[in-house]
Amino acid sequence: MIPLTWSLALSAVLFTIGVVGVLVRRNALVIFMSIELMLNAANLAFVAFAQQMNSLDGQIFVFFVMTVAAAEVAVGLAIIVNVFRLRETIFVDEINLLKG
Amino acid sequence: MVPYLFLGFAAMLVATALMVVLHKNPVTSALFLVLAFCSLAGIYLLMHAEFLGMVQIIVYAGAIMVLFLFVIMYLNLKHDIETGVQTAVRRGLGWGLGALLLLTSGTLLTRGWSMGPVLAELPAQGEGNAAAIGKVLYSRYLFPFEITSILLLVAMVGAIVIAKGRKGPEGEGA
Repeated sequence: MIPLTWSLALSAVLFTIGVVGVLVRRNALVIFMSIELMLNAANLAFVAFAQQMNSLDGQIFVFFVMTVAAAEVAVGLAIIVNVFRLRETIFVDEINLLKG
Repeated sequence: MVPYLFLGFAAMLVATALMVVLHKNPVTSALFLVLAFCSLAGIYLLMHAEFLGMVQIIVYAGAIMVLFLFVIMYLNLKHDIETGVQTAVRRGLGWGLGALLLLTSGTLLTRGWSMGPVLAELPAQGEGNAAAIGKVLYSRYLFPFEITSILLLVAMVGAIVIAKGRKGPEGEGA
């Protein structure tokens, strides 16, 4: 059995990499991939606690998180495609129409 | 054996996740993300979440990443060229905040904390992980499961409507 601390530490590292990706990159698609990394970090923590507590509820939650992630990716990529049609760019620092 | 496998998968996961963030080319980032999801699926298998490991590969590495790659190729993107002082400032701030976050979570992990009471409800022996999850999903979590189908329907309709573009009565093509 894998110690809970190892899994939680790995989850924290993965989440941090996702946060850094969102903050550092300016390509909207890579920002989206970083968000997926963060969701997966949360999933890893859920599975780790489920294993530790002899319970299946954590795994059910991961199932729901995956559903939400799939829906989010579909809608988000549609938005990105639409933005690219309008602005010819998906770099988030060039999409500044609301900036005034 | 299992701890060594876990460490190997964890190292691969961290390395590929870093490559996703660091690589300039979005296509390469997406392919590294597939590798990251596969190593995470391996970790799930080690944690006796076999169903989730398989779903991770099918849904994430299969469906979601195909969607990503399709959009990347559809948009035909250049490399992510970044220059200038502003970029350096943003990059420094990003890595600094990341280090701060990692420090915070490390402090939280190393300080004394305890789990709640461990449930006695063991997954039934003799049946697989998928069967056990199915039983819980279709009994205790039936209502959230049905709500999920509505969520997927809304996302599907929303994605189609958004990506279709504007073709209003004013005749302005997308």
